[in-house]
Amino acid sequence: MYLEDTQVTQRNITYDVNPSFVLMDVDGLRVVVYVYELIDGEGVLDEQFLQLQQLQDESSPNFVSEVVNIYFHESEKLLRNLRGLLLDRDFSDYKKMGIHLIQFMGSSSSIGANRVRNVCVAFRAASEQNNRAGCLRASELLEHEYCYLKNKLHELFQMEQQRVLAAGI
Amino acid sequence: MATSNGSSTGTKITALVVDDDRVINAIHCKRLNKLGIENHVAANGKEAVDLHCSGKKFDLILMDRDMPIMNGIEATRELRAMGVRSIIVGVSTRSIKQEIQEFMDSGLDDYQEKPLTSSKVISILHKINCNEFLD
Repeated sequence: MYLEDTQVTQRNITYDVNPSFVLMDVDGLRVVVYVYELIDGEGVLDEQFLQLQQLQDESSPNFVSEVVNIYFHESEKLLRNLRGLLLDRDFSDYKKMGIHLIQFMGSSSSIGANRVRNVCVAFRAASEQNNRAGCLRASELLEHEYCYLKNKLHELFQMEQQRVLAAGI
Repeated sequence: MATSNGSSTGTKITALVVDDDRVINAIHCKRLNKLGIENHVAANGKEAVDLHCSGKKFDLILMDRDMPIMNGIEATRELRAMGVRSIIVGVSTRSIKQEIQEFMDSGLDDYQEKPLTSSKVISILHKINCNEFLD
């Protein structure tokens, strides 16, 4: 019975597969696989990023990259501010740090930047305890995670661009 | 799926997104836009209050808690004191019960933790439709 089933399955594959359709969609699949790797594999992104992709439509075909670019711009301002606050060895304005981190957490959550958000949470906890050493460690980790995220998202957008160009040929 | 207009005059639902974060504003506006809602943005609580002082009205206000110049708690209190009856939903990353309660006590109808998802927005819209039906 099992052998018969596989024979039937193989017969279906022989008749139903359209090789040119599969080849054209490889770039699209590559993008999808890459996103899921970032979500399930590395935890760099979470499902909120998928929600963001779902908002993109014909009326705003570059919505995701536009929002992410705003995020990069705002995040780099926040990181500069945090660095500046930590430079003062005598007095660190932990309250101000907390305010910046709340904003960073909010924007990171909204684009699905999971690991960046988690480091912000730890950083904020350290700032609430006036823990300078903890804040310094968290700040270093935050810069690292942010850079990593930025590189990954740039790679994703490059893949998307290639897909669009290939589809247009 | 067509958005129900709610009001008997058939006009669009209007919303005001109050947040100093440009990322949040872009995402929330797009989300509301896709559901057929006409939306405006204010970068802080004072801008939101000023808009109402100039005579603007909204069915829905999405109010961030932490903003410069005037935060969400102060702005909500001010709007309620002015007699604003719009649905005001607090949106924030804060998850401690005490902080949420403090925000609710300022006059919110509802509180949602960031990030807002489509299902959260739809549940808020049901609230608006129910209110319009009761009016």
